[in-house]
Amino acid sequence: MTTRPVGEIVAACEAIFEDLSFAKAREWKAAVPGRKVIGYMPVYVPREIIHAAGMLPLGILGGGADMEVIHGDAFYQSYICRIPRSTIEMAINGKLDFVDGMMFPSICDVIRNLSGIWKLLFKDKYVRYFDAPQNFREEVGGVFYANEMRELRDGLANLAGRAVSDDDIRRSIAVYNENRRWVNRVYDFRADFPWKAPSAEVYLLMRAGMVLPPEEHTLLMQEYLAAAEAANRPMRDNCRVVLTGAFCEQPPLNLIKSLEMSGCYIVDDDLMLVSRWLLTDVPTEGDPIDNLSRAFLLHSAETAAKYEADAARKGSYLIDSVRKRKADGVIFAAPSFCDPALLDKPMIISRIEPLGIPYIHIQYAENSSQMQPIREQSGTFADSIKLWSAS
Amino acid sequence: MSQPEVVKSLSQVKQKEMIGRNYDLITSGTVKVSSTFVPGNLNELLMCFDIANNLPEINAIQNAMRKKSGEMIAEAERSGHSEDVCTYVKADIGMMAKGNIAPNGKPFPDPDVLLLSYTGCFTFMKWFELLREQYKCPTAMLHVPYAADGQPTKNMRDYIVKQLREDVIPVLEKVSGVKFDIDRLREYLRKSAIAENDLVWMLESSKHKPSPVDCYFGGVYYMGPIFTAFRGTDEAIEYYRLLRAEIEERIANGLCAQSPDGDMPEENYRLVVEGPPNWTSFRDFWRMFSEAGAVVVASSYTNVGGVYDYDGFRHDPGHPLETLADYCLGVYTNRNLPTRVDMLARNLVEYDADGLLINSIKSCNSFSAGQLVMMREIEKLTGKPGAFIETDLVDPRYFSAANVKNRLESYFQMIDQKRRAGGTPPATGA
Repeated sequence: MTTRPVGEIVAACEAIFEDLSFAKAREWKAAVPGRKVIGYMPVYVPREIIHAAGMLPLGILGGGADMEVIHGDAFYQSYICRIPRSTIEMAINGKLDFVDGMMFPSICDVIRNLSGIWKLLFKDKYVRYFDAPQNFREEVGGVFYANEMRELRDGLANLAGRAVSDDDIRRSIAVYNENRRWVNRVYDFRADFPWKAPSAEVYLLMRAGMVLPPEEHTLLMQEYLAAAEAANRPMRDNCRVVLTGAFCEQPPLNLIKSLEMSGCYIVDDDLMLVSRWLLTDVPTEGDPIDNLSRAFLLHSAETAAKYEADAARKGSYLIDSVRKRKADGVIFAAPSFCDPALLDKPMIISRIEPLGIPYIHIQYAENSSQMQPIREQSGTFADSIKLWSAS
Repeated sequence: MSQPEVVKSLSQVKQKEMIGRNYDLITSGTVKVSSTFVPGNLNELLMCFDIANNLPEINAIQNAMRKKSGEMIAEAERSGHSEDVCTYVKADIGMMAKGNIAPNGKPFPDPDVLLLSYTGCFTFMKWFELLREQYKCPTAMLHVPYAADGQPTKNMRDYIVKQLREDVIPVLEKVSGVKFDIDRLREYLRKSAIAENDLVWMLESSKHKPSPVDCYFGGVYYMGPIFTAFRGTDEAIEYYRLLRAEIEERIANGLCAQSPDGDMPEENYRLVVEGPPNWTSFRDFWRMFSEAGAVVVASSYTNVGGVYDYDGFRHDPGHPLETLADYCLGVYTNRNLPTRVDMLARNLVEYDADGLLINSIKSCNSFSAGQLVMMREIEKLTGKPGAFIETDLVDPRYFSAANVKNRLESYFQMIDQKRRAGGTPPATGA
């Protein structure tokens, strides 16, 4: 395989990121008559089932920093976050007209109610609010969740006009296992060599995975890793931070760049958790739905959208990440009006404070434009870590 | 100037006694206490274990009506809670920081168990995770799936029943030391259904013209016993019987609904209201309606704990755990937006209302996200005008009396104009 220079790969990812008409997904759909595209919102849906139905799972993560929202603001009060209004804007402006169905995962009441808005406004589309269990016992939450996935499978089969077999799902599980392995390799590589894989690049690479078929995205990550390893880039005297709280509405790309420019290497994050939600490979033998269910219940990421039944484990996912990635501190980055992130934060802080893990909190919207205050805050944070940290 | 003395009816006196006694019981130190939520409240189940029912939302409301919630919220924000999040949560956390004093002046005991009925509101889950930090007591989580397609499915119902059987009941047994007796539950549920019949009669009494009751401002009092610690008790049956008799008398006498200042002299506007009320300026807010002769004939908030007047739900002692599941699944905010639109549109027609008013609450995304679309859909379906105001539950910073009053006055003028143009005739049909 000829590897393009890293800049070229990143430029291709950036073009996908900036294209809110989703030309790549449209091309995929147009290439074979009858293909279908299913949009999904954060934080997690079992993309394997969509893929098994022969459809393209398309991550819808809002309108980004530059899209002007006109109609969307007429749908929401000022105290509601930005992602639903820009998503509505895209739908009304025809940017999602090729999307055959939308999935709204159970992340918060705003996204939940957006599923109802979709039902009211786009009556010809497949709409599924996807409820994941908050009870993590196999015989209780697991049974419920497996049945929800079977309903999803049957709904998509109906839309596809063909059955979705267990073997279809097993094959898709294998595809996503492979994709997830490479996502994790990219994350590992960035944590080991953050100067070689700047977070803005990793972000764009992962965003491409929201639009491209997983097989193509896996190849892209392989290509990127090879190119990034080969590139000679200077190591900076930055501190290492974990970015947390940004699992739904995405921060502007400039914010991610600003954090690194101000002296913070992001060595882990919870952006686009869907690609890393399952923490282990899903078995490809046995009942594929039960396997997906068990993976969710027993081996999935912790985030504010999930109930933590064991108070002692609250925050452990973040603390493990800080340790594993050898981070110096944590940046809580929550979108304004984000109930899950903002309500969770005081509890997580109460876990990291006793461990002496330094942290700061920033708040953003996907269209935040003033980066200077954030740069100053994170720069001071980086300086304080370097000057005063015990490590 | 002294306030005119408010003459309380028998049902009002009874309710006050009931609430006072419940606070005395909770603070007595003689019983086990659970904290739980109003929507999907499982009062009958708690009673099976002799556990008293304390509701943090109601405590926040009590504090707001006593003008105490503002400083409690400020206290919570000082301790790191965001200005952007639910003010019920912050009022509760601030109350703990300020000594956790109940309305009867005695300190609340720490709860023995948190019954987290996660029903129709995401914030509930985080709220009780936060309380668990403080109280370090057992938490029984009941996840109620969202009825996203309008109708609950068998899978949802089975999931809830299984959680009740395998998770919630064992925790309550352990905390209380009382063995679960399903026949005891059946008996409470039988009593619930009796009170629920009278509650629905009350809700539907506002179809009369003039309406004998206000189903929003008055409604929050009338729904108190059924949605708090009394459903399943003889007291609740008695309360709703008294209330029904009083309303029957009001209808016979052609009386308009009550206001903070006594009976309204006339009924000029009949409204349906969506969304919870503001509690920090409750009476001022109410007067903005009553002084204009506006009565609320139906509201979504009177369904906040559970819905009885849409698809005929009553607790069914024949299927005790299944009926608790159905109750939780049917909670208003657990229903999808098209269903909520249908409920409100149906109310507008069946109660012959002039229009829909949405009181959009900053704190409550569960209610508020999507209300602007709902309003447009309902206007389209009914041809009746909608209006939109914004306040908050218990944060006094978000109640702007002048703005709200202006909006309401404009809305009433709009209704008048529509009538002059040949639309809905004046409300008064007495």
